[in-house]
Amino acid sequence: MIRFVIRRILTGAIVVWLISLVVFAIFFIAPPNVAFLLLGRFAASDQQLVATVTAQLGLDQPIVVQYWHFLTRLVHGDLGYSYYSHQPVTTLIGQALPVTASLAIGAAIIWVVSGVLIGVLSATRPRSFLDRLSTLFALIGLSFPTFVLGLLLLYLLFYKLHLAGVDFFPGGGYVPLTQDPWQWFVHLILPWITLAVASMAVYVRLTRGQMLEVLGEDYIRTARSKGLSERRVIFRHGLRAALVPIVTQFGIDVATLLGGAIVTEQVFGLNGLGKMSVTAVTNQDEPVIIAVVLLASVFVVVANIVVDVLYAVLDPRVRLS
Amino acid sequence: MSASELSEVADLPDPAVPQPGVERQVEGRSPWQLAWIRLRRDRVAVVCAAFILLLVLVAILADPLANWIGYNATDQDQVNGITADGLPVGPDAHHLLGTDNLGRDILVRIIFGTRVSLVVGVSAAVAAVLIGVIVGLCAGYLGPVVDSVLARLMDVVLSFPFLLFAIALVTVVGPSELIEILVIAFFSWAAVGRIVRGQTLAIREREYIEAARSLGAGNLRIMVIDVLPNLMAPVIVYVTLLIPVSIVFEATLSYLGVGIIPPTPSWGNMISDAQNFYQVAWWYLVFPGAALVLTTLAFNLLGDSVRDALDPRTERLFAK
Repeated sequence: MIRFVIRRILTGAIVVWLISLVVFAIFFIAPPNVAFLLLGRFAASDQQLVATVTAQLGLDQPIVVQYWHFLTRLVHGDLGYSYYSHQPVTTLIGQALPVTASLAIGAAIIWVVSGVLIGVLSATRPRSFLDRLSTLFALIGLSFPTFVLGLLLLYLLFYKLHLAGVDFFPGGGYVPLTQDPWQWFVHLILPWITLAVASMAVYVRLTRGQMLEVLGEDYIRTARSKGLSERRVIFRHGLRAALVPIVTQFGIDVATLLGGAIVTEQVFGLNGLGKMSVTAVTNQDEPVIIAVVLLASVFVVVANIVVDVLYAVLDPRVRLS
Repeated sequence: MSASELSEVADLPDPAVPQPGVERQVEGRSPWQLAWIRLRRDRVAVVCAAFILLLVLVAILADPLANWIGYNATDQDQVNGITADGLPVGPDAHHLLGTDNLGRDILVRIIFGTRVSLVVGVSAAVAAVLIGVIVGLCAGYLGPVVDSVLARLMDVVLSFPFLLFAIALVTVVGPSELIEILVIAFFSWAAVGRIVRGQTLAIREREYIEAARSLGAGNLRIMVIDVLPNLMAPVIVYVTLLIPVSIVFEATLSYLGVGIIPPTPSWGNMISDAQNFYQVAWWYLVFPGAALVLTTLAFNLLGDSVRDALDPRTERLFAK
């Protein structure tokens, strides 16, 4: 087990390193002229100034040297400085991370818990009204792109309610948890729903299919004939086996979750990592982009290791090797 | 959403096993004919296919349609298309679906947006499936050395935070329709590849492959003549299910400002512009949004029916 985890961490580190190489390579193929962007109208008249700024940023050196500088600083936990705000990238990430974490973790909890629960309920009552309702929900959830759903929710639940005199849902923005927990919660309800619905639909269908299959197994009949309560049969014996593919799906969805967070932050004006990276990209703020991409890939890789370990916990038949 | 749909497709039984019931037919019908018959009887599939056909026609006939309506995609109607305060005008006789903040006709812009969505969505999906099938086939058939390299490659691509990466890439290279297609294909092929690899690994061990090899067939011949036809059913399903995913991907890139750049209309950039006006002009947000949702819905339902027709034993995503 421990050997397996160590090996996965090593291969994961290689994946992250490869990704950092690719990001660097992208900017080497088409290097953005940062000095021009920074200097604006001064750039046209003063070639000397452009050269000075380029040298200051270390952009006049060969890509290999630049990459080496980046790596050595990275080992010391230094991600460089933003070209624009001149703040350390680690500070910027420190400000944005709580927003994205609140959004992503909350949404993931909502979609996994409610998706699996609705899926189990539909599977235990196939073709019932509830089952049909959940099917309809899945269909709508899968076909609504995140940003369309988010804007629609804003229009109906923020603007229309606001016109009707109900100001429950705010029209966007973020309030830190430490500042006001209730406002934090209220501000995140619509973003959570927006981010959760599409994935929730997938989990409802997946859980339903898996549960229908598992509930037909012999050991479920055995458990029932043993006189166990139906709830125990379904949740302890049935759901546990059905959870394995759901956990796999969750591993895949972590990358999707980050993409969804970018879009959701854009819709609701949340200043998280997603919005930060979109701004960085339009400004060609290279250190920020590289840091966010790296952080995101570390996150995806770690999530996948956790998923692999969870397999073994959930399904004793899985041998880690 | 794509990944889960694809993983459900992975449950397709081995295509090499003859379908039960096929032999019982008095009239000899190939599995393809049977699938076609099942698909034609599926009312949902027929309605969705008709809607998609309509979209294709609209995309092809965008220019004559715009002429007939009387406005072009970038024409700014200063007389009837904008209020005295400079705000968009709602649906009326001059502009059936209203206008946007520059007085441009929303219907015409949606029509031209259809073209973008279909061209990018379909090309990206087809490209992704082509790459995925080739890589998956090689990984599954050519033995453990090739397999370990290609499987690792697919793992790396799948663990990319793809939207972030796509945004970074598009900004550096410069946005265009072609770049969009390439980016979407690049981040979609690995999911297909992984599943094709799994199926190939199973088919590879069958007796008829051994027979072909003992007759002296080379690797390429076996892969193309013996293995590939048995992968056709899942491949067709991937294409139909990847199209809506790619259309949404395109719209998302355009919404974030790294896809189709205004003034060229796309559903994504229209919705992005509408975001600033939804409080005064619901039509600006709702109509492009509806176009996007209905198109995705039609492709999703059709894909589900196609899967059902090709293999009735799999569980339908949207049970009736």
